[in-house]
Amino acid sequence: MDAILLQILNGLDKGSAYALIALGLTLIFGTLGVVNFAHGAIFMIGAFCAVTLSRLLSLSFETVDPTKTDFLGNPATIKTPYVEAWFGPEFGSAMIDWAVPLAIIFSIPVMIAVGFIMERGLIKHFYKRPHADQILVTFGLAIVLQEVIKYFYGANPISTPAPEVFKGSFDFGVMFGFDPNAIIYPYWRMVYFLFAAVVIGAVFSFLRFTTFGMVVRAGMADRETVGLLGIDIDRRFTIMFGLAAAVAGMAGVMYAPILSPNYHMGMDFLVLSFVVVVVGGMGSLPGAVAAGFLLGILESFASMNEVKSILPGIDQIVIYVVAIIILLTRPRGLMGKRGVMEE
Amino acid sequence: MSNSLLTRRGLLKTSAVAGAGLALPTIFTSGARAFTNDPTGGTVTLGFNVPQSGAYADEGADELRAYELAVEHLNGGGDGGMLNTFSSKALEGNGILGKKVEYVTGDTQTKSDAARASAKSMIEKDGAVMITGGSSSGVAIAVQGLCQEAGVIFMAGLTHSNDTTGKDKKANGFRHFFNAYMSAAALAPVLEKLYGKDRTAYHLTADYSWGWTQEESIAAATEAMGWKTAEKVRTPLGAGDFSSYIAPVLNSGADVLVLNHYGGDMVNSLTNAVQFGLRDKQVNGKNFEIVVPLYSRLMARGAGKNVAGIHGSTNWHWSLQDDASKAFVKSFGTKYGFPPSQAAHTVYCQTLLYADAVARGGSFNPCSVAEALEGFEFDGLGNGPTLYRADDHQCFKDVLVVRGKENPTSEFDLLEVVEVTPAAQVTYDADHPMFAGGALGACNPGA
Repeated sequence: MDAILLQILNGLDKGSAYALIALGLTLIFGTLGVVNFAHGAIFMIGAFCAVTLSRLLSLSFETVDPTKTDFLGNPATIKTPYVEAWFGPEFGSAMIDWAVPLAIIFSIPVMIAVGFIMERGLIKHFYKRPHADQILVTFGLAIVLQEVIKYFYGANPISTPAPEVFKGSFDFGVMFGFDPNAIIYPYWRMVYFLFAAVVIGAVFSFLRFTTFGMVVRAGMADRETVGLLGIDIDRRFTIMFGLAAAVAGMAGVMYAPILSPNYHMGMDFLVLSFVVVVVGGMGSLPGAVAAGFLLGILESFASMNEVKSILPGIDQIVIYVVAIIILLTRPRGLMGKRGVMEE
Repeated sequence: MSNSLLTRRGLLKTSAVAGAGLALPTIFTSGARAFTNDPTGGTVTLGFNVPQSGAYADEGADELRAYELAVEHLNGGGDGGMLNTFSSKALEGNGILGKKVEYVTGDTQTKSDAARASAKSMIEKDGAVMITGGSSSGVAIAVQGLCQEAGVIFMAGLTHSNDTTGKDKKANGFRHFFNAYMSAAALAPVLEKLYGKDRTAYHLTADYSWGWTQEESIAAATEAMGWKTAEKVRTPLGAGDFSSYIAPVLNSGADVLVLNHYGGDMVNSLTNAVQFGLRDKQVNGKNFEIVVPLYSRLMARGAGKNVAGIHGSTNWHWSLQDDASKAFVKSFGTKYGFPPSQAAHTVYCQTLLYADAVARGGSFNPCSVAEALEGFEFDGLGNGPTLYRADDHQCFKDVLVVRGKENPTSEFDLLEVVEVTPAAQVTYDADHPMFAGGALGACNPGA
């Protein structure tokens, strides 16, 4: 029982990441009709926003300390971060410690800009082309982006820790009467789950309760009619692309302490996120979120030794098995609408 | 009567003489081309096959730096590095056998097929007489097989699986790096001293050749000293988030977690384990411990503060204070501005060892090189007295047990050496069951 509860908790944060990426994918697909294979790369760039800010805040000047020597026996240089020199050692080191949460603010304009440049610079030229062309061009773009990141940051993962206060884990087991340490859950993963819930809630409210959102939803339902009403739907859709990029980017920023960022983390998430979108139903935002959590939790369950001893290797294929079953029984996915990608 | 000058006998004679005349040069040239890519001009080409893209690109980049340094030293440039400390004095800083050393590079991408293709291209197109490098046992075994067929020497880079010099050993392949058995033999006594005899280990293992042999080696060594093994769980390569594999450890009754992971997998699994509070946990009245049998500084950097206090083993570390290590760190550090990794050290040694074997044998013929390397005892390359065993082409030398530093003073100062396990303690019989199956075979000079 405690193992099952633990895996449900475990699936929630993985599911949160899937849901956030899938939400962005569905937004782009629903508005612009583009199958964006570069969306995983946007998630990865988001994680590297956290790395970048952490490095910017750690930028240091060097002073020579004649009392110490470096590995070659020369006088050692001591690095002092500029922020510590400017704002005092305490506030300065606190800023460096809080680099990941601060990177959320840093990442929003960066990611919106990345989204705009991608959409205006490349993807818009492929709107009227077949889906296969869109997949090829966005997949190529993803490879280019990850090679650019690798060029600047190297191939090895880069440790990007969460603030000191979120170190350690919360003992759920004691709350529910289990033994101490039976069900523990890292604080940062709880933060991630709550953060995902807030972002998902914000995106839904934005689409539901604002005029802009209403127009976008109308455009998703019938682009031509909205255009005929004299509304510049293309401009709004471009903004939605930027918004989707910001959502994926923020998901990446917050994921950096969970998974040390490396250049191919986007690809690892992308394929699974597509499965999430398809299982949830192409073009359905609630479907994407529900399927994200569902598959995250199922993936966690499949990694349990008890399950693996009955079905060896199931942890690596469970998502695809579930996808096949759902698509066979509900060809449009969990919450897919009639007419999407069926023309 | 016949007016023709051409008789049957005459034709036969002429044909025989012409045939012998035509065949004559090939008798000499076949001697000259007794082996693949015999360097005939004033230069000799070596092939450096390293991961320049993919997950181990940083290790590959460090290997390339060390190769460039080795070539510089072989050609008489720089400060000579470990050429000055190497016990064999056959190399004179004038290239190899007087031929200037040149090199070509290939990208293994840490994929067996890509690595074989790049090695093949370097042998066939660029005329490389020796192939070296790599950062994965899967790749090393694949390229070693190719070199055996092609008739060139393979000097392996980073490869830690028992199989490289075990069931997949080849007469043309040589490994300087240590292996999983040696890690286990070096680590077990230290773990016993630190954590006692009554422990239960839980293994998380990368699901390929290297992971399997390391899991087998560590489990055998720890069980021999009284530990129990709770579970051996295989994880897919590049799993990313390992939390769903870490969570079951909590309630398994195990009090030690052994991470048979390398590179990005190790960084992620260790980070996840620390996040789940395993290091603060008490099980069976004892502190929960994590062990990473194969450590590298490049990985330790990725895992950051999470490596503090965690034990593992390594082939070499730049903080060693013997003359050879100091000479190498000085050469490398002066040229590149930071200390070399164990990957850089092992490939630098391999290049020097190859060149030295050619010089001692007086020929680039792979069979002459193999003969010179087999049973070769040397010192002055940073690992103390070392033997290249003839039976399996594995180097036997001291193994370092290291621990993640609690308070690193720089981004390179992440590991500290806690024990130097003598070579005798990690040496095994050539027919040890973990290395059984397969045979070296005969050396293949190719051509």
